[in-house]
Amino acid sequence: MSDNLVRLRRLFKPRRGWVIAVPLLWLTLFFLLPFGIVFKISLSEAAISIPPYSAILDYGHETLNIVLTFSNYLFLTTDTLYISAYWGSVKIALLATVLCLLLGYPMAYAMARAPMRWQLVLLLLVMLPSWTSFLIRVYAWMGILSNNGLINNSLIWLGWIDSPIRMLNTNFAVILGIVYAYLPFMVLPLYANLTRLDGSLLEAASDLGSRKLNTFFKVTLPLSKGGIVAGSMLVFIPAVGEYVIPELLGGPNTVMIGKVLWEEFFHNRDWPVASALAMVMLAILIIPIALFHRYQSRELEE
Amino acid sequence: MLEGPGEGDAGYQRNQVNNNSERGVMMSRQSKLSLAVAAASLALMTGAAHANEVRVYNWSDYIAPDTLEKFTEATGIRVVYDVYDSNEVLDAAMLSGRSGYDVVVPSNHYLTRQVSAGVYRELDHDKLPNMVNLNPELMDDLESIDPGSRHSIPYMWGTNGIGYNVERVEAILGEDAPVDSWALIFDPEVTTALKEGGCGISMLDSGDEMLSPAMAYLGLSPLSEETADLEAAGDLIAAVRDNITYFHSSRYISDLANGDICVAAGYSGDIFQAADRAEEAGRDFTIAYSIPKEGAALWFDMMAIPADAPNPDNAHAFINFILEPEIAAAITEYVVYANPNVAANEFLDPDILNDTSIYPDQEVMDNLYVAEEKPLAVQRVRTRTWNRVKSGI
Repeated sequence: MSDNLVRLRRLFKPRRGWVIAVPLLWLTLFFLLPFGIVFKISLSEAAISIPPYSAILDYGHETLNIVLTFSNYLFLTTDTLYISAYWGSVKIALLATVLCLLLGYPMAYAMARAPMRWQLVLLLLVMLPSWTSFLIRVYAWMGILSNNGLINNSLIWLGWIDSPIRMLNTNFAVILGIVYAYLPFMVLPLYANLTRLDGSLLEAASDLGSRKLNTFFKVTLPLSKGGIVAGSMLVFIPAVGEYVIPELLGGPNTVMIGKVLWEEFFHNRDWPVASALAMVMLAILIIPIALFHRYQSRELEE
Repeated sequence: MLEGPGEGDAGYQRNQVNNNSERGVMMSRQSKLSLAVAAASLALMTGAAHANEVRVYNWSDYIAPDTLEKFTEATGIRVVYDVYDSNEVLDAAMLSGRSGYDVVVPSNHYLTRQVSAGVYRELDHDKLPNMVNLNPELMDDLESIDPGSRHSIPYMWGTNGIGYNVERVEAILGEDAPVDSWALIFDPEVTTALKEGGCGISMLDSGDEMLSPAMAYLGLSPLSEETADLEAAGDLIAAVRDNITYFHSSRYISDLANGDICVAAGYSGDIFQAADRAEEAGRDFTIAYSIPKEGAALWFDMMAIPADAPNPDNAHAFINFILEPEIAAAITEYVVYANPNVAANEFLDPDILNDTSIYPDQEVMDNLYVAEEKPLAVQRVRTRTWNRVKSGI
């Protein structure tokens, strides 16, 4: 009897392979496969056909021809537009990430310190806005920021300004939009990190005569580094490739890579160059991810 | 050519509800069944329904409210009607293949390339007896786009010109304001005066739509593919850039109607819509549309059948139905774009038929140009020039 039980248990014991299988399948289906397709298109040539690019593999006369075109990547270096667009995206994403951190850290800190019964409510309040469509929330900002919008009309009504301040269709609006949309992604990992903070360490610091501010910078902040890094990645990475926010809130001089990619794809109808742009963007994003990974594994070793 | 949702959307949605009501009933029944069974039976039903439906993919807000209903009444063919709001979206769907649509309506300058990519099926003219109703002169214009109408039939046509606030422009520029010229948008002095007079100017956010008129204004060929010409046009627009309130392809409809801007380069039908809205709201100004004397774009939206359309016979029936004079007239009265159907003229409201901004007279027609498909290299220069104009990079 007990023998059977053991055998049964062994059968259902989650083996390592099983656990990895689901994320592996997921990544293969939704990351590796699309990645391979985009990479393939980036090495082809634009053509007037369905689909609108040349085939890489061509089998005929008992020979297999492989034609790889690298000119799409070289092309990206010939025009400053692409570099400006990458730089513009990184700059805006970086600024938005810093602002998210400055806003999100105190929020997460206050939440982690709030009485237990309040924490769930506060957590819900942070997540609640995400229950409405992202697009609708960005549209709402258009209504708030426009010349005829909520802010300008209120200020004019109060008599503080005579003519509306131009806010919509500026880089300011884009950064505001990104900070607003991605703030929960900063707050949640920080909160998770800060609630796990060992209270006895703070008591020890206080026993040893450390002031509160000193304790914060010397104990709390260094210990929450993992949360800071995770939150920053979660904001920075999607913000670099953001398309909707700059499209709706940005102005003519907001040059971000998402928009340039869109133009290559839809205006020029050059899928290969658009794919090359996407591949380079991925390469740029891999740098912070790799740094994050190294940091994480170092922390695990400790 | 309408971009973005307009007030007339309610009309389209009514259609949508009517056409889908049958489906709605089926869905609610299914919800009682298990998910797997529902999915399987849905697949079966759509498979079975193929024989008697036609899937149409058209511009948003671009058909009369009762057209689809009448088609189903006349033929018994159910219409599945979807909409898009830009040629780019349709183009990407077509070039990816297997869209599942039977009838799509691209604009002429996108159609040519799609035809050469093999996107569309050749039309069977025997199934389109109503083609006799088409205006032979317009069909001549279309020879360069689709010779012999082998792949497409025009749906509606229009022009790109200038919409302006009659009273405000006259107050700022005086009675001899150049409202019949692209100078209203491209001349630095004129635009500076408008800006200082508190009159906003908008341009379409499209290199294709703005560089051609700029070249026409400079006395160059609006269809020039020369890099130097395109750059000259770019320089012209860059010089007035600070006087332009914004670049957008649909926002000007409501802004013109509200008086937020008072000059806009835009699509004819959109500006008529703005004029209607201003009138309905009882504004103290009127919005007018003019086709500049230097030349303007004449465009056609073309009905075509994708090569892999599931119901090509029904697609022909649908196109033939649209070519019925009464049907074409009803659509024109609703969307305020001209149709290519001469036989429809007798059913058309004379106010629309005699409006030279909708049906221009011959002299103006002779000055219009039809945008052509550009090779990738030229298209690239256009997009790049437009980017430089807007962002300075």
